[in-house]
Amino acid sequence: MGWLLESLNSSLGKKFIMAVTGICLILFLIIHLINNLTLFLGPEVFNNVVKNLETIKPLVRVVEVILLLIFIFHIFNGIRLWIENRQARPERYAVNGSSKNADVFSRTMVQTGSVIFVFLVVHLQTFWYAFNFGSPLTDLHKYYEFVADSFKSYAYSGFYIAAMIILGVHLNHGFQSAFQTFGWNHKKYFSFIKILGAVYSIIMAVGFGSIPVYFLFFYGGN
Amino acid sequence: MSDGRINLKLKIWKQSGPNFPGSFADFEVQVSPDASFLEMLDELNNDLESKGLEPVAFESDCREGICGTCGLVINGQPHGPIPKIATCQLHMRNFKDEDTIWVEPFRAKAFPVVKDLIVKRSAFDKIMYAGGFVSVNTGGVPDANAILIPKEKAAESFDAAACIGCGACVAACKNASAMLFVSAKVSQFALLPQGQPERYERVQKMVKVMDDLGFGSCTNTYACEAECPKGISVRNIARMNRDYFVAKVKSANLEVEV
Repeated sequence: MGWLLESLNSSLGKKFIMAVTGICLILFLIIHLINNLTLFLGPEVFNNVVKNLETIKPLVRVVEVILLLIFIFHIFNGIRLWIENRQARPERYAVNGSSKNADVFSRTMVQTGSVIFVFLVVHLQTFWYAFNFGSPLTDLHKYYEFVADSFKSYAYSGFYIAAMIILGVHLNHGFQSAFQTFGWNHKKYFSFIKILGAVYSIIMAVGFGSIPVYFLFFYGGN
Repeated sequence: MSDGRINLKLKIWKQSGPNFPGSFADFEVQVSPDASFLEMLDELNNDLESKGLEPVAFESDCREGICGTCGLVINGQPHGPIPKIATCQLHMRNFKDEDTIWVEPFRAKAFPVVKDLIVKRSAFDKIMYAGGFVSVNTGGVPDANAILIPKEKAAESFDAAACIGCGACVAACKNASAMLFVSAKVSQFALLPQGQPERYERVQKMVKVMDDLGFGSCTNTYACEAECPKGISVRNIARMNRDYFVAKVKSANLEVEV
């Protein structure tokens, strides 16, 4: 197994871990978004979806543990790469010319990633905790009402919307970057992959972001 | 401005040796817009020497963009603001009268400063020693077309081989990563039949040495490609990644010996 660890610890191996875990998270977000969008179908549908998930709880738990491991690997490796990459240039340039040769998405992965991490903690602490360990509303299976109630706050919704835009920025680079890391950069198809990544990122940012926007501005009448 | 010459303020990195702290020194020059960047530094040095002052140390050799010796970071960009040229091919007409120009050495842990603007780039040589060659007995002259190579493959390999090893990719990369250089050297052999026997051992060895020398990893910002004086494509990095993972999966060797 020594060769495997050594390979994964090489500069290319660490990138490979980032790419594999990144792709897993990209796929997870699609499922998460589909689940969330059932909110727009009304309280009955959404509450039923969550209740149905309750019936397959053991499976959900397994998936959650796998997801946790993926997140840990992604975050741990990202921070490790950031530290090592900074050490590779001990003395910084007086003039930072990076805006002239690289786009803002690729240069800010650690910053956008950090914001997403803070978001993740807040998100798990409020929704995941309440859905799994109970709260006055979720105990009555009123999950929809719990979501609606949470997004009443301008500050909370604003944070969610901002975090989702940042998530889009992070994904836009991550998507095409994963393909490059795997070595799938083909003259013909890579521009398509970049566009696909941009479309995916916009769908994720708009899709997830639309939920707090909806509850903040359009739901209040009920 | 007199007879078309432009006045420039230069902020040049001065450092007396590898283990000394450096700082920027201010200079003012009046230079012809037709002069190259290195000629401008020559003039500055002539002037400094005539006054009995120490000249600015910088490296240059061919001065026609093919040797890769001259490498300066000009206003934050390796080889200056014009794409696909080396510092020696940069002309002062690209600057305006009264501009301030910051001149710094390539900065990377693996490229320690020797003096002022000169950095030691023997890290690249060490990577080349690890696998940047084809070890075959050449024997007699082969017959023409004895080994068939499609034109496109030969051209792609040549594009990778156009790398002059100047180190601008390392200088441009926010992680001081040498991926573009190494991938170009891996690719020029990986694309040709002569490189096949050692293809997968080569990539493992070169990557190992690259890592050991303290270069960073790749964030796929593609800054290297943007600043490369020879326009080496980041598709070479993708090829290197591919070959590396294939090598790791298929190779029977448990340890990479360099």
